[in-house]
Amino acid sequence: MLWYALRRLVLALPLLLGITFISFAVIHLAPGEPVDLQAGDLSAQSSAQARQLLRELYGLDKPLAVQYWNWLGRLVRLDFGRSFAPDARPVLQKIGERLPVTLLLNIAELLIIVALSVPIGMFSATRQYSLFDKVTTIFVFVGFATPDFWLALLLMILFGTEAGWLPISGLRSLNWEYLSFWRQQWDFLSHLILPILVATFGGLAGFSRYMRQSMLEVIRQDYIQSARAKGLTERVVIGKHALRNALLPLVTILGLSLPGLIGGSVIVESIFAIPGMGQLMVQAVFERDYPVIMGNLVIVATLTLAANLVADIAYGLVDPRIRFGGRGGRR
Amino acid sequence: MGSSIRASASAAAAGAGDPVRNFWRAFAKNRLAIAGGIVVLCLVVLAVLAPVLAPWDPNRPDLRNMLGAPSRAHPLGTDQLGRDVLSRMLYGARVSLTVGFVSVGIATAIGIVLGSLAGYRGGVVDATIMRLVDLMLVFPRFFLLLAVLAFLRPSIWTIMAVIGLTGWMGVTRLVRAEFLALREREFVLWSQSVGATGFRIVWRHILPNAMAPVLVAMTLGIPAAILTESGLSFLGLGVQPPFATWGNILNEGKDAIEIAWWLSFYPGLAILITVLSYNLLGEGIRDALDPRLRQARRRLATTRA
Repeated sequence: MLWYALRRLVLALPLLLGITFISFAVIHLAPGEPVDLQAGDLSAQSSAQARQLLRELYGLDKPLAVQYWNWLGRLVRLDFGRSFAPDARPVLQKIGERLPVTLLLNIAELLIIVALSVPIGMFSATRQYSLFDKVTTIFVFVGFATPDFWLALLLMILFGTEAGWLPISGLRSLNWEYLSFWRQQWDFLSHLILPILVATFGGLAGFSRYMRQSMLEVIRQDYIQSARAKGLTERVVIGKHALRNALLPLVTILGLSLPGLIGGSVIVESIFAIPGMGQLMVQAVFERDYPVIMGNLVIVATLTLAANLVADIAYGLVDPRIRFGGRGGRR
Repeated sequence: MGSSIRASASAAAAGAGDPVRNFWRAFAKNRLAIAGGIVVLCLVVLAVLAPVLAPWDPNRPDLRNMLGAPSRAHPLGTDQLGRDVLSRMLYGARVSLTVGFVSVGIATAIGIVLGSLAGYRGGVVDATIMRLVDLMLVFPRFFLLLAVLAFLRPSIWTIMAVIGLTGWMGVTRLVRAEFLALREREFVLWSQSVGATGFRIVWRHILPNAMAPVLVAMTLGIPAAILTESGLSFLGLGVQPPFATWGNILNEGKDAIEIAWWLSFYPGLAILITVLSYNLLGEGIRDALDPRLRQARRRLATTRA
């Protein structure tokens, strides 16, 4: 097992290098120098200043290979430069204070999605074409097609402005400091309800679908028949034998859909004014705060890579065939 | 996995009769898919005929009628500048559908070229291309899109290009898998033995046989691209005003959400209906092409971001 985990880790290292390469390529995508492009968007004085900053930061007058090498050197020391925003704080610090929020949101979403989609998918599969199955199928299609920002707006109208039941922006109320401890906790939680609801909706549809599909394939297998023939109750056959096997592909799908889930935080955080990495990214793009954009991109991709690695290793843990079968099993 | 694809492929090949007729017979039974197809056709017609159908000029402000509620003159109300929402949405349909088609076209073209290279050549070429796919999939798409857009001027062309250039990984995997399955088949071996060039074998013999799952991927890719575009426009980083798109009508509408719900409601509903119809159509096509595509489905499912 350790050997398998190590091999996965080694395979991930070139990808890490690749992340920096793609991110670097993004800066140089723009026709002409990024410095020129920026000049039009800022006032004359600040653009001259930004020009200077960019030149220093990326050494834009040097050959590409040298620029990349220098940039990589600074990344290794976790030096992402300073923000172009007036506060000019180190990028790492800016991202660091927003990272926990985004992580919290995504982990909560993931847990909720798994906790709900597994039973939903399981029941739809074991009662294929029942009313429950039909209703969930409709939910799946609608869930796939609903734009998350639109759902967010509708919920805001419904709960936030019309009824005033739930807060619709930020993470804390203005009077947070004056609340009692338990009131503070509730205040924080209630701010999270709508964002998490929105972020969970689309993913829930997808995962219920995969779970149903996976379960349908498993219950047609011979070993399920033999479990039944052995005289086991339906409860044990489905709840134990079938479920365990049906969960296996879900681990991979979970890993593969992480980028989508994390990408979704951009929209959810922007709408609900949640100070996370997604909101930071949008702000940075509007302000053309290049160091923050680059830092954000590298860190988000690295996190996704790490999460994929965890999913891979988890898959190896739960399914020994993967560990011993070498590569090819996963894809 | 490779062997099961091959097995199902030969099972389909063994199926009797004209494949096109078999497809239609299976497809015609799926009422939801047909409904989806009809809605998609209607949307295309509405978008093409927008200049004829739109009751008002989509960009004509009317300062006496700002944020007007839905009425007989303006069935879907008016926006902050008094522009007719229905007319703007009809023109917005043009943007959404165009972005969907073109960006998926770009992604598919890249996917076909890279996927057939990887699948036919194998070896180092294959390994390199597939690592590139893995690498691109590590980037959460919205972050990557935003990072690229920060360096470009957002216009409908850059949006289409950027969505296409970040969305080719699924098709690449799909085409490669088909090529791996088809590469060893008799008709390919025969062409090789009579000295056909690699390009000819790929273009004339393998690719036509690999197109069915690509077609499905395209049908399901278009709604994903439409969602992405409307998301970007909603953030204000997509297609820029005064060009109307469903996303940027929503973006402008969200500031007036408490007094003018129609600005937020209808464009979102339009996106929902469009994406739903495309998905129903795509799934219908795929099911009609089954059982060959069972494998393709699983691959595809992982590419929606």
